Amino acid sequence: MLTHLPILQVIVPLMAAALCLILRHPRLVWMFTLSMSGLTFLISAALLQQVVTSGTIIYELGGWEAPWGIEYRIDLLNAYLLLIISAMSTVVLIAAQTSIENEIPKDRHVLFYILYLLSLTGMLGIVATGDVFNVFVFLEISSLSAYALIAMGKDRRALWAAYQYLIMGTIGATFILIAVGLIYQMTGTLNMADLAERLPEVAHTRTVFAAFAFLIVGICLKLALFPLHLWLPNAYAYAPSIVTVFLAATATKVAVYLLIRFTFSVFDLSFSFTTLPLQTLFVILGLIGIFAASITAIYQRNVKHLFAYSSVAQIGYMIVGYSIGTATGLMATLLHVFNHALMKGALFLALGAVMYRVGSVQLNQFHGLGRQMPITMAAIVIGGLSLIGVPLTVGFVSKWYLILAALENGWWPVAVLILLGSLLAIVYVWRIVEVAYFREAEAGSIPVKEAPMAFLLPIWLLVAANIYFGVDTQLTVSVAGAASQSLFGGSP
Amino acid sequence: MIHLSLETMLQLCIILPLLATVGIIAAGKSPNLREGVTISTSLLLLYFVFNLYLGLQRGEVITVQWGQLLPGLQVSFTIEPLGMIFALIASFLWLITSVYAIGYMRGHHEKNQTRFYVCFAIAISSVMGIAFAGNLFTLFIFYEVLTLSTYPLVTHAGTEKAKKGGRIYLGILLSTSIAFFLLAIVSTWFVAGTLDFKHGGVFDSTVNKTVAGVILALFIFGIGKAAIMPFHRWLPAAMVAPTPVSALLHAVAVVKAGVFTVLKVCIFIFGLDLLQTLPSTQFLLYLAGASVLIASLVAMRQDNLKARLAYSTISQLGYVTIGALLATSSGVLGSSLHIAMHAFGKITLFFCAGAILVAAHKSQISEMRGLGRQMPVTMAAFFIAALCIIGVPPTGGAWSKWFLLMGTMETQQWILMSILMVSSLLNIAYLLPIPFRAFFPGGTAPAEPVKIKEAPLPSLIALCVTAVGCVILFIYPQPLYELASSILETPVIAHEK
Repeated sequence: MLTHLPILQVIVPLMAAALCLILRHPRLVWMFTLSMSGLTFLISAALLQQVVTSGTIIYELGGWEAPWGIEYRIDLLNAYLLLIISAMSTVVLIAAQTSIENEIPKDRHVLFYILYLLSLTGMLGIVATGDVFNVFVFLEISSLSAYALIAMGKDRRALWAAYQYLIMGTIGATFILIAVGLIYQMTGTLNMADLAERLPEVAHTRTVFAAFAFLIVGICLKLALFPLHLWLPNAYAYAPSIVTVFLAATATKVAVYLLIRFTFSVFDLSFSFTTLPLQTLFVILGLIGIFAASITAIYQRNVKHLFAYSSVAQIGYMIVGYSIGTATGLMATLLHVFNHALMKGALFLALGAVMYRVGSVQLNQFHGLGRQMPITMAAIVIGGLSLIGVPLTVGFVSKWYLILAALENGWWPVAVLILLGSLLAIVYVWRIVEVAYFREAEAGSIPVKEAPMAFLLPIWLLVAANIYFGVDTQLTVSVAGAASQSLFGGSP
Repeated sequence: MIHLSLETMLQLCIILPLLATVGIIAAGKSPNLREGVTISTSLLLLYFVFNLYLGLQRGEVITVQWGQLLPGLQVSFTIEPLGMIFALIASFLWLITSVYAIGYMRGHHEKNQTRFYVCFAIAISSVMGIAFAGNLFTLFIFYEVLTLSTYPLVTHAGTEKAKKGGRIYLGILLSTSIAFFLLAIVSTWFVAGTLDFKHGGVFDSTVNKTVAGVILALFIFGIGKAAIMPFHRWLPAAMVAPTPVSALLHAVAVVKAGVFTVLKVCIFIFGLDLLQTLPSTQFLLYLAGASVLIASLVAMRQDNLKARLAYSTISQLGYVTIGALLATSSGVLGSSLHIAMHAFGKITLFFCAGAILVAAHKSQISEMRGLGRQMPVTMAAFFIAALCIIGVPPTGGAWSKWFLLMGTMETQQWILMSILMVSSLLNIAYLLPIPFRAFFPGGTAPAEPVKIKEAPLPSLIALCVTAVGCVILFIYPQPLYELASSILETPVIAHEK
């Protein structure tokens, strides 16, 4: 059984999605989904444990040897990402049933869970597989289900947002497919490890350059890297609250993984950064993204929009860390992938609670919430502090390594810009705090109650994680450090 | 009483106020019980700090490790003389302020008093953390906690004005600490490989002077709590807070945490020898000098008493920064003494301002003419404290200013010396007229006799204690002086040079 963990990781949610159709009763389906997601979490934890103790796991699908069969390859980086995705998915699901009661018509609840599980399958598959065509297949599974999930939003603009995302996402996926095709044509293999061996021979050809360009643009569309981020804010803002949390905590992280995997393992770093000017390009785009998105966030009236733009800015930090091109820089990115999932998970989930009670997340609806929903608002404050990067929160840990990496590389101006960028976070976080705590609820408005337990539990689980992993950094720092070391040190 | 080891006491200094918050919240319904918790906690805290002081006098080395946050970055605490001075002042004045606050908060019918006392306790806990921090990293953590825990105190009134004040307060303190202070810390970590406070500094002699100079400037600008211009605006903004907050936090704890950090960085991160040779030191000295002078000039134009005191604080903080940057033993001595002297003087002045507000409902200086007849004790205390700020005998301020002036002479900083002198004259000009006009209003005195109406008794006792403290520090400064002069002598962790 243990040897089959890599494939079980993907198969469990896939099968569960089908089984949901048989169960049919929404509450039952919810509990089933929750337990299956919990199971994937346990599997990913076991995988990480296995990888840490005995090194990279190679699993041949159906017993076919690579490069003929499909190979699943779990190293530290994969295991780390799998853990983040499955953990976030499980925590988010705790609140799912309560949240969708108000937002999605009852007859679509089962459909919602099926799509959710499919999306989860896709993301876990992307990370687990060692085959580039397989990546494309799982990417489509996760994306298609995500489009449908977003379109379920109560607001009619959700349809438009989902459509926008569909168009942009499809362009991205097509680009990736084109790249995969071109690479296959040049090397005759789809296995990542094989590709890494064969690509250097043909690295100087125009075809490979073109493939690389398609690949990067395709991934960046999924990643929502500035200026390819335009689909993200609306998709996050109008999707059902639970979907927003799930996507914000996982989807872009998977894209970051793809970027790292392709540029570090499939193509090598010298090709990506030296032969092609990816480094310069990404530093500039990342920094512009940080500032442009943070400044836009300041002017948003819809709090979901606000945090969506903040997500685009945070992706900028990840990209800057990545493009520093040192082990410390990559480590900072990997840390931020984890930490940002915790922050945004907590924040968007708290917004879900506000949505549940108030029915809207417009900033002017936050009047007096500091008194009416003190526990939820406290979570937003702590999540916000983490976003700013105050010590004892996870945000500080990623910021520390990011600056350290920039300084190590002699990039003083970048370090300064990173810090200045995080000042903008103070502004947009504090706008919410001031409205919630200093404005009295409008006269005549109906006072709202504190969010139900189904929300408070996962919210505070994530808030506690924000603080716990900000104080005890052993797990995250050691795994992220070892993962980035191995990417720089040896083969994938 | 159970015998506690000094290490335990050190940790209790930080944990105890935090535990007290639980008690304060639990006793929220009964004000007397709630204040009882605050007072007994502050008594206990003072007892612990005093025991630690005795331990330090015996030459014991007291350090505590709380484990590591990031690889190589410990959260650790240690006792050394400079931190001891700060901790003694803060814990003693917390006790006094708690007594004062009881009279003030009730006399002024403030709302949300439970939240007030809770945040106050958290702030004190972080002040203890700052005072005893064993390395820069630990200090930074508590520095940020202090900023955040005092934000609800500044915005206590919940009005539009409080919100604006809070915005400036948090905006400047958090921005400078993240943009400059954190950058300086990471740079130090990167260049020197350690953040421990060491005698003679952590940088070795081969360090690039320009880089170190830039880092020094980042520190001085980043420690926004030291209120060096142009990052001083938060302090006047913080004056919307209730007076006990202004008194303890914005005359003692928060601002002193700032200059304390400056001193720590100058002595234990850079080391005096290196500091003297850095290219940016002179520039920063002049900047601090300008801060002293300009703030004094601005103070003269303020009619609101608390605003005038706030600008006076900015000016006096500049003295401490100058003393630290002079990088001589008399400079350091003067600075560390000034932390104590100014604390006693300024807290008395704020207590008086609050007492006047509660008893006479006056906040503008122009309205205080003739107030001495109604509030003779308060105004007398004000007079003594003003002398302490100016630095004339028989008050403690005389000693610290003496050593600061010595420091400027030794280093032949004639410009700075004259700035300090001129600023002292300005202090006279903006502080002394207040009690003078209160006692001798001049013109036609009102015919009917004025009834004496002082502030509530707890507040009155508190301001008398601190005023007497100003005088005692002049007559009996030896313990403080010995502590301050041993800052440069005793090794903090190990004697490494």
